[in-house]
Amino acid sequence: MNRGRLFRYAFVKSIPVMMGYVFLGLAFGILLNSELGLSWVWALYMSAVIYAGSMEFALIPLLGAVTPLPTVAIMTLLVNSRHLFYGLSFVEPYREMGRLRPYMIYSLTDETYSVLCSCAGDPEANEDRHIVYFWISLMHHIYWTVGSVLGTILGASISLDTTGIDFAMTALFVVILVDQIRGGGRDAWQCAAVGLCVGLVFLIALGADRFLLPTLAVTVFALLLMDLLNAGKEARA
Amino acid sequence: MTTSYLALAVLICAACTFLLRLAPFVLFGGKKGMPPAMRRLAMKLPPAIIAVLVVYCLKGVPTGGSGGAVASLVAVAAVVALHLWRKNTLLSIAGGTAVYMALLRILG
Repeated sequence: MNRGRLFRYAFVKSIPVMMGYVFLGLAFGILLNSELGLSWVWALYMSAVIYAGSMEFALIPLLGAVTPLPTVAIMTLLVNSRHLFYGLSFVEPYREMGRLRPYMIYSLTDETYSVLCSCAGDPEANEDRHIVYFWISLMHHIYWTVGSVLGTILGASISLDTTGIDFAMTALFVVILVDQIRGGGRDAWQCAAVGLCVGLVFLIALGADRFLLPTLAVTVFALLLMDLLNAGKEARA
Repeated sequence: MTTSYLALAVLICAACTFLLRLAPFVLFGGKKGMPPAMRRLAMKLPPAIIAVLVVYCLKGVPTGGSGGAVASLVAVAAVVALHLWRKNTLLSIAGGTAVYMALLRILG
């Protein structure tokens, strides 16, 4: 594919996240401005540098209370601990990223992880996959940053009722999950079922605020166990 | 809340986030490559993690008000149905989001 087509392919792949990030970014910017009285310069700085949506929302009350810096560090490690798992799938693919590799690791958000996973099996992006990966990551980063800057500038003057538009992000994950299962056969279906079941059990047992990290840890453990059992079966057969 | 406090707090938050994202690459990104078991795990993780993220997005359903919960579940079903039918990512997302937003307003 030539450069223009690669760019267009990446842009189309990034549109769902644009819908989600711009509106969530707007919400973040509006809050940053109304809660802390901070201007667009701070929104630009925070969103470009931190680039982790849910943590930035969590940071607003922490900053407002002038929370000690070590506490800010610990909170960040806890809230973002799920990111420990995303890189596992991109250790090998990112080897070919060259000078862009640090940026690719830096910008690996939940949404970017999911969208890049959905490109991984797409034959259309085959040879120039690393360029597509880079464009998608950069576009997502820009959407989030532009959204939050606009939020501080427009503030509460936005009177359009957009309640519920953030469902676009949920829908994106559902769509990618369906594609993963459809493209990956029985194996992918089993893995997805493990994630869904463990997630539901822990959500009900531990509650919405605490279930994510145990869920990810147990899911990884279960997948390793399944792998071990399969290896044993193949060795006996 | 001084300017230097804000600037530092943001930097620390960014550094911690980056460290977490970097960890797997430091652990397994060396010349030796990933152990075979980890490599197989890496292949299996995407559907499992994305399934967990779907649950994460719907985490408010069990405790939320019935209107929002019903809207979420119906909209997710709409996304799945649309996507199985037309296989068009943007259509599925736009359609599902429209269903969700409409239901929120109807069910209050």
